[in-house]
Amino acid sequence: MERVAIVGASMTRFGQRDAWVRELLAEAGEAALADAGIVGDDLDHLYVSNMASGEFEGQTGVPNALAHDLAATPAYTARIDQTSSSGGAGVYAAWQSVASGASELTMLVGGEKMTHRSTSEATDVIASLTHPVEYKHGVTLPSFAGLTARLYLEEYDAPRESLGKVAVKNHKNGVDNPHAQFRKEVDLETVLESPVVADPLRLYDFCPITDGSAALVFCPESVAEEYAPDGEYAVITGIGGATDTHVVHERADPTTMGGVVDSAEIAYDMAGIAPDDVDVAELHDMFTILEFLQSEDLGFFEKGEGWRAVEEGVTDRDGDLPINTSGGLKSKGHPLGASGVAQVYEIVEQVTGNAGPRQVDAETGLACNVGGFGNCVTTAILEGSQ
Amino acid sequence: MSDTDADAEATGEASDEPTFEAAAYADGSVSYPPHPVGPGGAERVGTVDLREHEARVVTWTTSTATPPGVREPNTLAIVEFEMGEEYDGPPVRALGGVAVDPDDPDGGAFDVAVGDRVEPVYAEELREPGAGIREPESQAWDGFRFRPVG
Repeated sequence: MERVAIVGASMTRFGQRDAWVRELLAEAGEAALADAGIVGDDLDHLYVSNMASGEFEGQTGVPNALAHDLAATPAYTARIDQTSSSGGAGVYAAWQSVASGASELTMLVGGEKMTHRSTSEATDVIASLTHPVEYKHGVTLPSFAGLTARLYLEEYDAPRESLGKVAVKNHKNGVDNPHAQFRKEVDLETVLESPVVADPLRLYDFCPITDGSAALVFCPESVAEEYAPDGEYAVITGIGGATDTHVVHERADPTTMGGVVDSAEIAYDMAGIAPDDVDVAELHDMFTILEFLQSEDLGFFEKGEGWRAVEEGVTDRDGDLPINTSGGLKSKGHPLGASGVAQVYEIVEQVTGNAGPRQVDAETGLACNVGGFGNCVTTAILEGSQ
Repeated sequence: MSDTDADAEATGEASDEPTFEAAAYADGSVSYPPHPVGPGGAERVGTVDLREHEARVVTWTTSTATPPGVREPNTLAIVEFEMGEEYDGPPVRALGGVAVDPDDPDGGAFDVAVGDRVEPVYAEELREPGAGIREPESQAWDGFRFRPVG
């Protein structure tokens, strides 16, 4: 199987944007093509990661629209929808297209336009992924987070403040990310006194609603230097995808995300590494509690110990295992289909030494993208070429 | 939900109450909601009425940012049913709203805590069909909330 390199990467500014989904996708796509030194016509495959452009905006058929806008026809196109992990699933599809030999040059663009909808409407679009027996009770993804956070805090005797410290850390990281929605630090007191959204979680435990897009260009590693003559490219050394139950309450342990465990096992095995070998990670902190769960289910920390790592500064940018140097979804924003692509963008920047003020000492990075409340997950491991 | 419905929910006096149907599978396991096949592909062989089982609160939350057509605030709980000593399948749980407390002057839900014993109580309409994004005819909108026992 051919090893796959990422030779072009871009992301738009995340936040409240005037642009609609087609324009956002084109903005990131055009920049990624330029970064790889190619044009749309060079692409064999073009994928778009997007959860709900039809529901949010009434615009469907976005891959074809993007192919036309970027003069990429007659490239094969497909839309990848895996709810909040559409981006990660798109990375998997793009990797697969090159690794299999079906494509010599693939671009993935993830994007979503959400902020024109009210919070209530956007929450309902996202909650539409739930089972009918959940949906009819008015469950939302934030309420799943509240249910799980209460259980985690009680089961592992973790202080409420530890969740707040995830928000503080990720907002601090976001200050140095020019693409982030929020580039402003928050203190623990502000987090803990913000309005309750899903008890025991408060406003600052949640990511915002966001517009934005990100893009990556993939090719066989054997030809990567044609597109990255400076030798600055990343290689996908491991990738895995897995699902957990659709109905959240049917999981054996509600504080364990089986899809994270299973996808990570596949990715570690493919890369031939262990969790201890990861130098930097981007985790799906749509809610602060998710950073604890993923950091444990990825094997970085023992079960029930993830909160201690945050308390002790292990996951700070200058800690032993920096997590969410981009600011995470919490600070950078969460335009659903773009998030998994933007996570890999940050890891590419880190392992190629291009992360600027966010740079950490990293040869190997990991991105974990979660759909639903752990319903479907993609974990990718990248290494720098040099 | 109408006041009449709220009264019925609070007193448990709803008439023609449907069952709280879970599925039983050939390997002895039970799931809610029912699935076409059970764990490991086990054949579905029958149903279990969860109204006949008490449950305990596993966890709960009160959501203050609710979608269109949903009560605000919305207290939700995941409960685990007591299936008897002979049952050795995976835990049987359900997510549901916490029932309205008739003694709460503001019409709020009962207070619950982790480990509390609760029982199912029927409500004809848990959320306003058609107010949210989901097609009203695509699913049922009645079901069971939970209230503390004793």
